[in-house]
Amino acid sequence: MKKSGPGKYILIAVCVIFVALFLVLPLVFVLVQAFKDGILPYLANIGDYYSLKALGLTLKTMVICLVVNTIIGIIAAWTVTRYQFALKKVLTTFLDIPLSVSPIIAGLLYILTFGRSSVLYPFLSSHNINIVYAVPGIVLVTIFVTLPYISREVIPVLEAKGTDEEEAAALMGAGALTIFRKVTFPHIKWSLLYGAVLCAARAMGEFGAVSIISGHLRGVTNTLPLHIEILYNEFKYAPAFAVSSLLVFLAIVLLIIRNVAELQGKKREKEV
Amino acid sequence: MQRRRRSRKRVIPGFGVGLGVTVAMVSIIVLIPLISIVISTLHLTFAEFITTIAKPRVLHAFWVSISCSLCAAVVNLILGVLLAWVLVRYQFPFRRLMDGLLELPFALPTAIAGIALTSLTVNTGWVGSLFARAGISVAYTRLGITIALIFVGIPFVARTVQPVLEKLDPTYEEAADLMGAGRGLIFRRIILPELRPAALTGFGLAFARGLGEYGSVVFIAGNQPYKTEIAPLLIYSQLQEYDYGEATAIALVMLIIAFVLLFLMNHIQVRASRRTSG
Repeated sequence: MKKSGPGKYILIAVCVIFVALFLVLPLVFVLVQAFKDGILPYLANIGDYYSLKALGLTLKTMVICLVVNTIIGIIAAWTVTRYQFALKKVLTTFLDIPLSVSPIIAGLLYILTFGRSSVLYPFLSSHNINIVYAVPGIVLVTIFVTLPYISREVIPVLEAKGTDEEEAAALMGAGALTIFRKVTFPHIKWSLLYGAVLCAARAMGEFGAVSIISGHLRGVTNTLPLHIEILYNEFKYAPAFAVSSLLVFLAIVLLIIRNVAELQGKKREKEV
Repeated sequence: MQRRRRSRKRVIPGFGVGLGVTVAMVSIIVLIPLISIVISTLHLTFAEFITTIAKPRVLHAFWVSISCSLCAAVVNLILGVLLAWVLVRYQFPFRRLMDGLLELPFALPTAIAGIALTSLTVNTGWVGSLFARAGISVAYTRLGITIALIFVGIPFVARTVQPVLEKLDPTYEEAADLMGAGRGLIFRRIILPELRPAALTGFGLAFARGLGEYGSVVFIAGNQPYKTEIAPLLIYSQLQEYDYGEATAIALVMLIIAFVLLFLMNHIQVRASRRTSG
């Protein structure tokens, strides 16, 4: 190959400047603003009753969403790659639809499905089931928005691997669960973790869809991102950034796990 | 064991349960909500639908959404290919860190990105004050919206192009180099055709994401009707006023645009895989 000249350094410089301006600067800015008045006001801002309530709801939503979507994601990826059946393409398309739907529309879809104008509404209200403007609605839209994240990461890995090993195990008399545990799972471990990280990140940060369906009741249906919006719009900038810093730390942890998962996954690919 | 006898193709057990669970979950989470928006649009007559969509305020919101996300996606296309190229082909300090940071927009809640970018770009902010001296306002203008959308879309192009670039066989480039082709010619004639499907897919993903993006944009947009109001925000404010009809009509148009984009991207991918396999 030709030795790269000054062009190389110009290209690197452009990328470094871009990443510094667009990614590093906002991150640093949030942390600087959060700790501007010192550590004690920071702790006071975080320890605020409504902030803690909002954090609790966000973590709860994130965990439920992660569990549900991991189970659906694994089963869907397994079904789509291990068996041949009619209309498979339709099923995978539907699985991926949430990716291209605006979060605002996701919220609207659930309001139309479970809200006052819905055909289900008389049934729901007579059984005292509140979904819209309540916590179940928040959890449901978050599950909708993050539905494809895990299956999208696992399906390519399973497709690339083929079904020979599973078929061999099945012919030797292993049941579906044993095959999954012993044969399939070791292959998809890292891609599963990678997808789960993306799912968790999106679930904790989802704003538009949750904002529509939440009803914004402080301490009841306010997630942390919504709480940040309220603080910011009330010009309480220091508390807004202090609370934001919690999610920034969480985001950084998720990014690190993601990078480890990717690295391990690549190593595995090379070994095979 | 019984299942094995029933179908020779499906050797692996568990088909019934797997398909059942998947179809049930997809129906509950995706299909039923989508059907309910179709039912809701049936309440509108076609004339009502058209008058809602053709309102100047609605048309303007669509124009702002489409133009800003298109600009942002173009910037992301160029910088995304560049980022992928630099990360795959060059070694430099902090390369791993830069690679890891690239997915920050996926990990960072959009509302936080929104308030951080807004505070940075208002006329008194760290970055905004530099622009203000030149008489340019960033926050609360379409420029601000575009910047928020660039942030949100950074990973799409870079992450779709990166794996393709990693797998690219260097022998063609070496051959072209030996035959005396310049770097520009090599990039245009050998590398670019290979990257094009991935880059276009990433571009489409970034564009689609930008069209629907809400969290990072509402803070920086200022949300003035006829100026910086985006289509998702319009749906949001209609819903606050319980105007389901209008919200549904606007949402339907956005859904159609999103599905057309999805279809086009699938088409690109199918053509690309045919090219490489055939």
